[in-house]
This record gives sequence, C-alpha cells and structure tokens, in this order.
Amino acid sequence: MAQRVVAIIAALVVAGLVTGPVTAVVWRGGGFTALSAADLSALRFTVWQASWSALISVGLAVPVASALARRSFWGRSALISVMGAPFILPVIVAILGLLSVFGGNGFVNLVLEPLGVPKLDIYGAHGVILAHVFFNLPLAVRLILQGWLSIPSERFRVAASLNAPVFWLLEWPMLRRIAPGAFAVIFVICIGSFAVALTLGGGPRATTVELAIYQAFKFDFDLSKAASLAVVQLCLGLGAGLIALLLARGDMLGAGFDRVVQRWDGSKMLDATWIGLATLFLLAPLMAIFIAGLSGLADLQNGIWGAAMRSLLTSLGAVVLTMALALPLVTKAGEAASLLGLSVSGLVLGTGMFLIVQPYVRPSSVALPVTMMVNVLMALPFVLRILRPSVESARGDFGRLGRSLGLRGWALWRIVYLPRLRRPMGFAAGLTGALAMGDLGVITLFSRPGEGTLPMAMYQLMGAYQMEAAYGAALLLVGLSLGLFWAFDKGGRGHAVV
Amino acid sequence: MKTTLITVAGLLFGTAALADGHTPVLTVYAPDYFGSEWGPGPSIEAAFEERCDCDLQYQTGDLLPRLLLEGTRTEADVAIGFNSDITKRARDSGLFAPHGLDLSPLTLPIDWDDDTFLPFNYGHTAFIYDNTKLDGFDSFEALLNAPDDVRIVIQDPRSSISGLALVLWVQAVYGDEAEAAWLRFAPKIVTVTQGWSESYGLFTDGEADVVLSYTTSPAYHIIAEEDLTKSAAIFDEGHYFMVELAAKLATTDQPELADEFMAFILTEDFQTMIPTTNWSFPAALPMDQWPEGFQDLPMPETVLFYTEDEAAALRDRAIEAWRSALSQ
Repeated sequence: MAQRVVAIIAALVVAGLVTGPVTAVVWRGGGFTALSAADLSALRFTVWQASWSALISVGLAVPVASALARRSFWGRSALISVMGAPFILPVIVAILGLLSVFGGNGFVNLVLEPLGVPKLDIYGAHGVILAHVFFNLPLAVRLILQGWLSIPSERFRVAASLNAPVFWLLEWPMLRRIAPGAFAVIFVICIGSFAVALTLGGGPRATTVELAIYQAFKFDFDLSKAASLAVVQLCLGLGAGLIALLLARGDMLGAGFDRVVQRWDGSKMLDATWIGLATLFLLAPLMAIFIAGLSGLADLQNGIWGAAMRSLLTSLGAVVLTMALALPLVTKAGEAASLLGLSVSGLVLGTGMFLIVQPYVRPSSVALPVTMMVNVLMALPFVLRILRPSVESARGDFGRLGRSLGLRGWALWRIVYLPRLRRPMGFAAGLTGALAMGDLGVITLFSRPGEGTLPMAMYQLMGAYQMEAAYGAALLLVGLSLGLFWAFDKGGRGHAVV
Repeated sequence: MKTTLITVAGLLFGTAALADGHTPVLTVYAPDYFGSEWGPGPSIEAAFEERCDCDLQYQTGDLLPRLLLEGTRTEADVAIGFNSDITKRARDSGLFAPHGLDLSPLTLPIDWDDDTFLPFNYGHTAFIYDNTKLDGFDSFEALLNAPDDVRIVIQDPRSSISGLALVLWVQAVYGDEAEAAWLRFAPKIVTVTQGWSESYGLFTDGEADVVLSYTTSPAYHIIAEEDLTKSAAIFDEGHYFMVELAAKLATTDQPELADEFMAFILTEDFQTMIPTTNWSFPAALPMDQWPEGFQDLPMPETVLFYTEDEAAALRDRAIEAWRSALSQ
C-alpha cells in the first residue's frame, strides 16, 4: 500500500514537472496556433529521420551486443564503457568529431582519395541518420546487452548440451521484450534533434520541429506557436512509448544462479568483425576529439574549474534525484509517463519553468537547480528503460519466494531486488550523471556570469574565437563525463563480468 | 561537513547579491557571450564600477525573449546586445525609455538618430577565407560564380542573427532576384549551422573553405594569434551592416545609474575596450584610435542597411527565398 502511494506521488511529480511548464507557456501564449505547411513538412522530416535512426541503431546493436555477450577478451569491460561515450557528448563536439572522420577533409576521404573512389559527402539525410546512430548505437548496445546478460547461464548450458537453437529459444524472446523499448527511447531522443539534423542535413531540407520551436521562441516570440509545436512533440513521444509498450512482449526466461555465462555458439570471426566495426565507428571520432583537445588543455584559464565543479555537482544532484524518482516508477505506466519528460522540447520546458518561478524568485538564482530538474526529467526514461527489465525479472523470479518467506517492503528490496539491480542501477546512475554533465540545456535561458556550467563555458570560448581552448574544454568535459559514468557503472558491476 | 554543505549550496544556488545594502546595484541584461569571462563584460563592469560607486551585475541569456517574458516586472535597468534587425519587436513592447544622449560622438558608417537604442559596436557581414588557399572574391557575383567545389558554410537565418543578416544582405544586393541568386549559391553551401560558433568551428577545422562571419574576424587572428592567413572578402556591391545596441528600461529603479551607464557607452574608456574584447568596431571612436590590427582591416566602401521597419517587412520574404532555393 505504502509503495503504491509512493509510486503515485512520484508519477504525479513527473507529470506535473512536464505539464506544468508546458501549460504555463500555453497560457502565456494565449492558446494554440494552427501549424503552417512548413511546420508540417518539418514534422514529416522529424518523424522520418527519427524512425530510421532508431531502427538502424537498434538493428546494428543486436549483432554487436550479441557478439559482446558471447565473447570475453582483455579490455572488454573498458571497451564497453568507452563505447558509451558518444551518447553523452555535447552535440557540437560530436559533430566536429564525426566530421573529422567523415567530413570533406576527414579521415575517410583522405584514405579514399588516392584510391580514386569518389568523395564521400556526409551532408544530407544520410548524414543526419549516421550522426544519430553514432549518438544512440552505444545506448542501444548497452540496453540489449543487458537483456542478454539477464538470460541465466543455466539456459545456455542446457541449450548447448541439447544442441538446441539458442537464438529462437532464448535470444528472440529476450529481444522481443527489450528491443521495442530501446527503439522508442531512441526515437524520442531523435525527435528532439535540432543542431545535428541541421548541420549534417546540409540545410533547410533537414528542418525539425525543434528548430521551428526555436525560431518561434527566439525570433518571433510566438509562445503560442512554440507551445503548439511542443505539444505535437509530446504526442509523438507518448505515441511511440505506448506502441513500444504494446509491442514489448516475450516471456521471461526464469531464474538462475547468477553464474558467469559461458557460451559455445556463434562464429568467432563474425563476432570479432562486429565488435571491431562498432569500435572503429564509435571510437574514431572520439580519438579526433581527444587529439584536438589535447593542445587546447593548456589554453584553459582558471574560470573553467569553477564551471567544471558546478557541472559535477549539478550532475551528482541529478543522479540522486533521478534514482529517488525512478525506483518507485519502475512500472509500465511509470515508463510511459517518463517519456513525457524526454519528448518535450527543452526550450519550452525551460521557458515554462522560468514563467513559473519568476514571480517568486530571481530566475538566475535558481538556474542550476532548474537545469538539474530538467536533466532529471530527461534521464528518467533511460533509467526506467534500464531498470524495468531487471526489476520485472527479479519480481517474477523471486517475488513470490520472498513474500512466502515474509519479506516485504524495504526488506524485500534490500535482500532480493537491490542485489539484482546493482548492475543496471550503476549503469543508469552513470548514464544520468554523464548526460547531465554534457547538457547545455536550459541554463542558457537564464544565468549569471561566473555561474555557468562546463558545456556553457565551451560554447562561450567558441563564441570568443577561442576554438583551441574550446576543444580543450570539450576534452575536459568528455573526460569528466566518462569518469563519472565509469565510476558509477563500475561500482554497479562489482566483480561481475559486465 | 557543514562548511562543505554550505559551499555546495552556494555553488548550486548561486551567491545572491553580495551588495551590502548601501551600494546601489545596476542590473544589466546581456547575451551570454557578452557577460562571459571571455567577452567584453568583465572589463566593462570593472571600468564602470570605478566611476559609479555602484555594483554592476550582469544577467545573461536570450535578451529579447527574456525581457518580453518578464515584461514590466523585469529587474533589468539596462539591456545591452540587441541587434538592429530585431529592435522593432523590442521597441513595440514599450519596455524601453529614451536615452536622451547627444549622438554626435558616433563614428558609424551610417547616420544614426535613434532616441532609444544606442549603438556600442558594429561590423559587417563578410565571407572569411584562408588567403593561402583562395584568391578571394571581389564581389558577390564573383562568389556566386566561383566553382562549385569551393566549400562555404553559413548560418541558419531562422536561428542565428548573422544568418538573418546574410539573407537580408542577399535581398539588398539582388532584390527580386534573391531566390535565383540563392539557387546559384546553393551548390557551394556545404551546410547551414544553427549558430555562428558551429560555422566558425567548421571553418577553422578545414571542413569549409569559406565561412559567413564579420569583416572584423581577421582581426582576432591577427592580434591574438599573429595569424595573417584569414581575410575577409570585400565585395563591390557592399556589405550588410550589423550594429549592436543598448537601451535603458523604462521600469528601471536606478534611473540615474542607468543614464550614467548609457553615457559611459559613448566614452573613450568604454569604446577602447570593444575592439579586442568583442572583436568588432567601436561605435564612437575615431579610426586613428583603433588598435593596430583593426586600423589595417580592409573596410567595405558601400554599406547596406535596412532600418528595423524595412528589415521586419522583408524578413519573411528573404528567409523564404533562402529556404525555397536551398530545399531544391
């Protein structure tokens, strides 16, 4: 009973934090506005690119995760951590990193040119999808890899001894359970895309809804238009979430003894190829960022450390709050509700929060807490997506046993669930921290000098022509994000293999 | 432990006004780049506080949207960093009061008699290129006639003020033929970015040969980096004029201080800080007092400029010409 109340309160908090600000913007804008033809074509492009980006990310993640689940090799765990980095990169850094590999003078073209192969042109719809896959493949791999690791090792042993088809018997049901959710989360992320779509899309053909919101807000100051578009975005996100929940079926595979999985199936060559290709695709742009940033580190001035500290504290705060909200929300309905926070435009969310707090406090004095709240809302869907399969397995496998032993409430969580959730919780906390670290977000709407975050400092440096120092700041940011991610992720993994 | 907590709280929630209650506070709203430690804000703050016996505090963010959101409840006394292409909206809001200043010290290349919005620096849109790789272009026509493998990067007029200035520039040069001009321009445009920073990053990374920026951009490379390879292409048809403006809020509770700050903008102290902190031309300083790297910059002979009413009327048409040509 008490648990239910907590869950309802948490759900109300999340729903209120999203609908409150949106309502404030609608109210201030004086209602809704009909969408123009240009808005509708932006909407079409948005849905189109988000669908393909999510489909390809998940499609590629399946063989990569499968290979990673089957093989163990030296450095595997470090590789899995570092491969997650693109997901947490600030947009502009990722774009510059991608271009140093795939751009006009990028590495790929340098290699192709002497071979007489026509130049690769990254700009266009394919560029947008490539960038979105670069961002989201790591997330998809990790989500699906978790699914693989949730299959008890005993099942693989039995399947191997019976020479049974492992894929259809064990892996396909798991994928049916996990993949639709992964697709939905990535689809929703890509709906909000703006700078990536514009820059790599090569121009106005690649206009997304988020850009239309930006224009409505910044240039036309048409809050009604901005709010209307934001509501359309919300509906898209919610729709995707609901469809995914309906599609996500598949049986639980039952409990095991939590032993290390040993596998006897699959082709070593093929697995090595998949892992190698994914590593190359994800790490080459990161290497470029690393190299570009190294010389810039020396140009960083003292002010950058304050910004780094504020970013670190904000993201730690976001981790604590996100986890506190997530645990009671680990249900189907909770996950659907949480997609609200991810699908709403950050600009509209920030503007709404500004409107709400403004009568009571000076908005700039709450810039960091507001940024933190927005980060919590954005991270929740990922966190729930990561936690829910494990919680459900634990509930299905051990819930009855636990209850029959008289465990309930906190004791049930402490003895039965939490030890099983340690790995996903570590991953989820790491992801939240890193995401919050790299988010430029709403702080640009209202802040005071000397109180900015690290991503903000990076943009300010770029704006002041100091590109080298900006790359240095980017490297610092990536380093801190990855460090934070690694610390939580590692803590969650303990001595486990992944 | 307690001190840590207080430090943490202080960092998170910001150290509220440290003024002791006696020192009056002048709140200045400014764009983020302006107030950052790499922008002109800090040195301007220090210089003004020396003469005013007050505490100047910046609040940074999107200037106009924020002021319009806050309306008459705004705490701002002065707002600095408007662009002339969007001041119509600002003026129509009725939030601003006349500055009452004598504008004769202005050294702008155009006449300026606005009684509300006061220029503090200016520049012109220009295409920047690497002079060791390209010969440059002496007209817009020459740029449009350049081979299609010249890679140019520009900003989106729907999200960036320099991008908006570019479409107005094309409109000023080509008028009704703007869309046809954009069609010739399109094959050379590698991509369009959200803001200036992304474009300039692509240029310095070698992803583009030419970038839409300002006539003053080479000065940064010359003065701060001793790099003489970046030049602005000066066009015969003229360059679009971009001016940044400040205004006093009608609702200010520090009218004297606000007036003092507005007057300070036109002083030599303020103006000499502009070139090397904001990398633009000072609005009220004779050229012989400009820093060396700035005096030698090639200046356009013709300056193209739309008043705020003209800009507001042409904006949608100019953006549509761009959008429709680049979408094909």
